[in-house]
Amino acid sequence: MSEQAEKRGGAKPGRSPFGPITRELSKMPLLVLACLGFFLLVIALSAFADILAPYHYAEQDLLQRLKPPVGFGGTSVHWLGTDELGRDILSRLIYGTRISILIAVVGTTIAAVLGTFVGFLAAHFRGWVEEGALMLVDFQASIPLMILALAVLAFFGNDLLLFMVIMGLNGWETYARLTRGMVLSAKSHGYVAALRALGAGPWRLYGRHVLPNIASAIIVQFTLNFPQTILLETSMSFLGLGVQPPLTSLGLMLGSGRDYMITAWWIAVLPGIMIFLTTFAVSMLGDWLRDRLDPTLRR
Amino acid sequence: MSARFFLTKILRAVLTLLLVVSFVFIILRISGDPTDILLPDDASQDTIEFYRAQWGLDKPLYEQYFTYLANVLQGNFGESLRDHRDALQVVIERVPATLQLGFTALFMALLIGVPLGIYAALHRNSMADRLTMSFAVLGYSMPNYFLGILMIMLFAMNLQWLPSSGSATFWHAIMPVMTLALASPSSSAGALARFARSARLEVLSQSYMRTAKAKGAPYLRRIAWHAVPNAAIPIVTILGFKIGDLIAGAVVVEVVFAWPGIGRLLAGSVALRDLPVVQALFIIIATTMVLSNLAVDLIYGWLDPRVRGVMSGKAAA
Repeated sequence: MSEQAEKRGGAKPGRSPFGPITRELSKMPLLVLACLGFFLLVIALSAFADILAPYHYAEQDLLQRLKPPVGFGGTSVHWLGTDELGRDILSRLIYGTRISILIAVVGTTIAAVLGTFVGFLAAHFRGWVEEGALMLVDFQASIPLMILALAVLAFFGNDLLLFMVIMGLNGWETYARLTRGMVLSAKSHGYVAALRALGAGPWRLYGRHVLPNIASAIIVQFTLNFPQTILLETSMSFLGLGVQPPLTSLGLMLGSGRDYMITAWWIAVLPGIMIFLTTFAVSMLGDWLRDRLDPTLRR
Repeated sequence: MSARFFLTKILRAVLTLLLVVSFVFIILRISGDPTDILLPDDASQDTIEFYRAQWGLDKPLYEQYFTYLANVLQGNFGESLRDHRDALQVVIERVPATLQLGFTALFMALLIGVPLGIYAALHRNSMADRLTMSFAVLGYSMPNYFLGILMIMLFAMNLQWLPSSGSATFWHAIMPVMTLALASPSSSAGALARFARSARLEVLSQSYMRTAKAKGAPYLRRIAWHAVPNAAIPIVTILGFKIGDLIAGAVVVEVVFAWPGIGRLLAGSVALRDLPVVQALFIIIATTMVLSNLAVDLIYGWLDPRVRGVMSGKAAA
């Protein structure tokens, strides 16, 4: 691999094969680089929660209730203190991050796949399929998903799987609208007509040729959608209507910490900081990516 | 404005509303026997029979659907399971508080966001521009419930300047309004600043701005007479969509500050599974959203002659 790269680029011997990546990283503004670092940390925390967390998230120690974090009178037994049941805040933060990130990844992926597919369908079939798809898009755009989610959960009762599926509806209409527009415009290009003339079927045409052409816009939309899904999940969990105990999520921790604002601020504030930093980091990365990938913004 | 533009928009809105009501009808039927979920557990057999007949549950599904539509049109959503009052009545009582909170917050967000965005657009790539854009990212990354809690800790608990919950006086409104105006995915001051900035940047590069300059119009006149009205068009359009955002934000903010609006009613009713109230709230919120989007569309068509041409099928400008 590195030999090939050297031949192609005529690079000096000993040059790293990661050249393009390092070059890209060195062009990143410092803040965006820090955001990338933080996001990777969050992903690592979520992936290795079992190894990294000093305690289990539900492990109670009633003798150690409401202990403050280190630096505020606490000890290194519980670095970030404990909550009202003596559960370790650091461990709960790590596991809560895992659940919140997991739901956001699953939800955003469902929305991206569903929306993109609907967009392709609308652009391919036109006619009443397109009309129907646009009506669904209008319907979704006219009702905040949070209200829809609350209504559905009220009727069906709370269930983690159902909750994740609902999170998967967050922003699907944006992908559908975006994809439909881009596919329609791609269809007017010469390469699509050429492929059609060569006998390419719709799957091959859209999957192999059109999708790669519009993928960058969909990826940008993904990065913009992701933090919104985190915020939606944590808001619902904060209200006590999302992730249910004994599982934990960052929003749920904050919600239960509200009752201890005077005596133990850390229960609510620490998960709040974690949510804020995560959504901030992903939003900054998304903005940066959009500026890099969207040619219309490069002025 | 052409009649066709009007009619297409209105027809779309009506169809969307029909979809909303049908959606509620479907989830109501999938989730079980409506008399089980909509009537209190201790309802007598007579009451159950009465509602069975009223909702037409003994009839075929399509007839049930039309009965349901007729009931919704008459504002008949059943009784609240919590206090046995008419569900619609329970909801309507809470509307003024939410309108008060939502509109004040929207006004604050515009008041802070639009001048910031214009300033940033006029001083592009300056320090002020970068600070404004960072403020925008902060606005949509900050969870509103977290900002609310931080405000309570600072202004109510530490400094003791403001009351932490309720809605009795003007002072009670400050923290909820500011929370909603500052932290929200797309209706926050920061998001509006960002939007105003990009709308403005586009306007500044238009040829009519060059023409105005060539005519010798002074700077302030060019900004006030040529740039602002044109940049206002996209801002008006997004406001329609922001209303949904404000309502979703209000659910959380009203819970944090114990503000007696429909958001807190919704969260409470969902937790208690007071389904007649949830149903009424859902349909009323959706209707409000559809109607406000329709209004924005029509205002937009009226403000921007190019849209009228495109929407009514005439050649685009």
